[in-house]
Amino acid sequence: MPADFSILSLTIWLPIVGGLWVIFAGRRVHDSAVRKDALLFSVLTLLLSALLWHRFDNSAVELQFVERLPWIEAFGIEYFIGIDGIALPLILLTTFTTVLVVLAGWVVIKDRLSLYMGSFLILEGLMIGVFSALDAILFYIFWEAMLIPMFLIIGIWGGPRRVYATIKFFLYTLMGSLFMLVALLYIHNKGGSFAIFAMHETALTLIEQQWIFVAFLLAFAVKIPMWPVHTWLPDAHVEAPTGGSVVLAAIMLKMGGYGFVRFSLPIAPDASASFDGLMIALSLIAIVYIGFVALAQSDMKKLIAYSSISHMGFVTLGLFVVFQVASATGEWQQAAMGIEGGMVQMISHGFISAAMFLCVGVMYDRVHSREIGDYGGVANTMPVFAGFMMLFAMANAGLPGTSGFVGEFLVILTAFKANVWYAFLAALTLILGAAYTLWMYKRVIFGAVSNPAVAQLTDINGREKLMLSALAVMVMLFGIWPAPLFDMMHVSVEQLVNHISQSKLR
Amino acid sequence: MTELQAVLPEAILTGLACLTLMVDVFRRPGAVALTFWSAVLSVLVVLIAVATLFPPGMTTYFHGTFVLDPMAAVLKTFLLVVVLFSFFYARDYLQRHGEDQSVFFILALFATLGMMVLISAHSLLTIYLGLELLSLSLYAMVAMDRDSKAASEAAMKYFVLGALASGMLLYGMSMLYGVSGTLDLSELAQRTSGAEANLLFTFGLVFVLIGIAFKLGVAPFHMWVPDVYEGAPTPVTLFLGSAPKLAAFAMAIRVLADGLGGLHESWQDMLILLAVLSMAIGNIVAIAQTNIKRMLAYSTISHMGFLLLGIIAANAIGYAASMFYVIVYAITSMGAFAAIILLSSAGHESDQLSDFTGLAKRSPWMAFIMLVLMFSLAGVPPFAGFWAKWFVLKELVGAGEAWLAAVAVFFSLIGAYYYLRVIKLMYFDEPTGALPALTGSEDARLVFSVNGLAVLVLGFLPGTLMSVCLGAMLVGTG
Repeated sequence: MPADFSILSLTIWLPIVGGLWVIFAGRRVHDSAVRKDALLFSVLTLLLSALLWHRFDNSAVELQFVERLPWIEAFGIEYFIGIDGIALPLILLTTFTTVLVVLAGWVVIKDRLSLYMGSFLILEGLMIGVFSALDAILFYIFWEAMLIPMFLIIGIWGGPRRVYATIKFFLYTLMGSLFMLVALLYIHNKGGSFAIFAMHETALTLIEQQWIFVAFLLAFAVKIPMWPVHTWLPDAHVEAPTGGSVVLAAIMLKMGGYGFVRFSLPIAPDASASFDGLMIALSLIAIVYIGFVALAQSDMKKLIAYSSISHMGFVTLGLFVVFQVASATGEWQQAAMGIEGGMVQMISHGFISAAMFLCVGVMYDRVHSREIGDYGGVANTMPVFAGFMMLFAMANAGLPGTSGFVGEFLVILTAFKANVWYAFLAALTLILGAAYTLWMYKRVIFGAVSNPAVAQLTDINGREKLMLSALAVMVMLFGIWPAPLFDMMHVSVEQLVNHISQSKLR
Repeated sequence: MTELQAVLPEAILTGLACLTLMVDVFRRPGAVALTFWSAVLSVLVVLIAVATLFPPGMTTYFHGTFVLDPMAAVLKTFLLVVVLFSFFYARDYLQRHGEDQSVFFILALFATLGMMVLISAHSLLTIYLGLELLSLSLYAMVAMDRDSKAASEAAMKYFVLGALASGMLLYGMSMLYGVSGTLDLSELAQRTSGAEANLLFTFGLVFVLIGIAFKLGVAPFHMWVPDVYEGAPTPVTLFLGSAPKLAAFAMAIRVLADGLGGLHESWQDMLILLAVLSMAIGNIVAIAQTNIKRMLAYSTISHMGFLLLGIIAANAIGYAASMFYVIVYAITSMGAFAAIILLSSAGHESDQLSDFTGLAKRSPWMAFIMLVLMFSLAGVPPFAGFWAKWFVLKELVGAGEAWLAAVAVFFSLIGAYYYLRVIKLMYFDEPTGALPALTGSEDARLVFSVNGLAVLVLGFLPGTLMSVCLGAMLVGTG
């Protein structure tokens, strides 16, 4: 037990302490030492999270690795952390992605390297904190503190319009979270506890739930992002350095989905049910309309950013279609598949979007352009890279056998039970996704070499091969054999569905 | 505790301030060190006196004109600490700018005395006495730099508007006295609670509130704040923007909660108006500023508006939230002004936002501290400013004013923009041209680091200070 006791805390604080160490020691040592330190800390954290997975009991209903210490006793705020099957995959995704990000910035970042690496490590710790916090205030602190390193990452190492993008990112996210804070305080005022799972049990009237739902929606919809509050994402993605884009797409967007699962659905189940039409409509708009918007992009990063929004629409669709499925079929177990589909979609999108952004980063590092028009014929000079990108493009389009297919398929299947038209509209993405991804792939990778810079490209080196292969393995593994993921989350999702199937209005 | 013991810190300070005045005569021209150390020692002695005479409960002395309660002791402690810090910053500024203005320390000591009297005031007359001692010292401090036109203009403006506000306050007090026949706050509380709402009470309240609002610098009585902050020499601005806020908060609590608690339904509505206006004007107008002292002046206005929100809750925990807020604010804003002092050099005030351009490359540590201070002012966790806002919002929601909390966070969001802009200048922009090297003295930089780290530590462990504030308020106002 004592061995178990501190693993989760260590997973949160090791990267934060390591990040501070890298920042403050980094100014006095050579850059190569900074890189090694950063890699060491990120790999150690990955190993720690693997240990978490190893010791995680898939069949246990209760929370695991719980640590509960008083923090601010006057108000009953606790240092209360623990994980369930919903949080664990996201933590694993975080630690996995951070290693890639450290590798991605290995030689590319020359200005203030220690601050760059340190910021990502601190960010990693804070993100793990978000996924493991069980006290609402602790959650909120991790949630907002996370903005600070990201703000610096985009602002310092970003592209030409980085300042605009980063301030927009910060203010958009802050807007949502501040209203969430008021909602959390309101629930505390009603129920008298800041523990998230106690909030789940807090009795609230429908009107209260609806206000709370709207406040949460502001926070999580901005983060996911949902149409129409998505506009910060293309800007932030385009301007962010490759590592920043990867973390944004792979992990930060998932926090919105996680927030819905952890807060909106269980705290305000009746409001969620009453607003499900709106949520489904917004999700479908994201899937279809944003899919068309992606088709029109000439900037690769922007295209992937819009494709992210479209894919995240599946997550919200999967989460909120459950109420209609339950009322159509009368069976909540059918509905659980929607939530599981949404969760799988989040994990899979984490891998695929990270891979896509890394691919763009690989080309950008060489050509210094993100415009599709500046490329063409990359396959001639970078055949290995073209092979990797082919796989990721196919996964992004949702090809069966890749992880992109599993989540989308489950969500569409669930949506079918609610309404055929939902499924029809959602399924359009299989066409649209293929269209914008493969069309971009065709224009960039195939064809004749028109740009002299492309003619001089060198194929990916060992470091880049390592990053892309790791992602390729994940994408294929979860495409063919997603069972470990389902096993991990199944019990927790079932419990969640049981909870939201009970109205709070008794 | 005898009556003499109760006022011992104030008595000691009076003596030591006069002594410092005498010591100042014997210093070498051009060197402020002697006066500085004399002033620092005076503050330290008084700090020890305040700490040793920490009262267990609330007792009044001198026929109810002077009160000693935990709230007074806590506020005085923080007041003296803030004053002590500001002395170190001021010495650094005066030395570097070659200014022979030892009068700063003497006036500051007298202002401190005024603030301590104000914090412990338990009668309308004592309030006025403390307030005037504070204000007159501040007017002179603002005008300290004789050759600066901006400073003279600021002092003049401050004096005229301040005198007007004092007049309003006195007028209000005379009305309250006219209806109740007493100057004592406890007796006033008895007369106002439960009694038929007397229109004259409400009139008196309005005028007294104007006086308080002026001292806090909340809209629409904020006009002097930006001009005075900008025109005054930076160490004076630093002093003016931190310590007196603690005293003004005490004055608000003494008058509104202790004295006119029975009229809370009247002043709650007025405070809501003042608070929302301040948050709106402060946060929106701050965006347009290019002078950082002016920007921080508008930021002060918005923060004081936020501070009032805790008082609106009209219960002991709400007051505690405001108290926590004002203490955190005083520490944080002091640090922000100190950054301007540390950046300045002889003949260069460095009070423009552009002076902060590229600071992260010139001095990463200082930029980091400034980043902490700015995020704290913006209310982003994990810094102290977040907890200050959190505590006030929590009490506001608890008092059933969730809509007001939503308004407050909306304006905080607007406010976040201009704090982010400072960080943007420091971290994202390259230094333009040849900015003068940083010449801040070692001890001032050390004090600045301690200042910034205090904000950081309070962010991680706010519980102790919260408990202290809660304890002080729960004893003080029952």
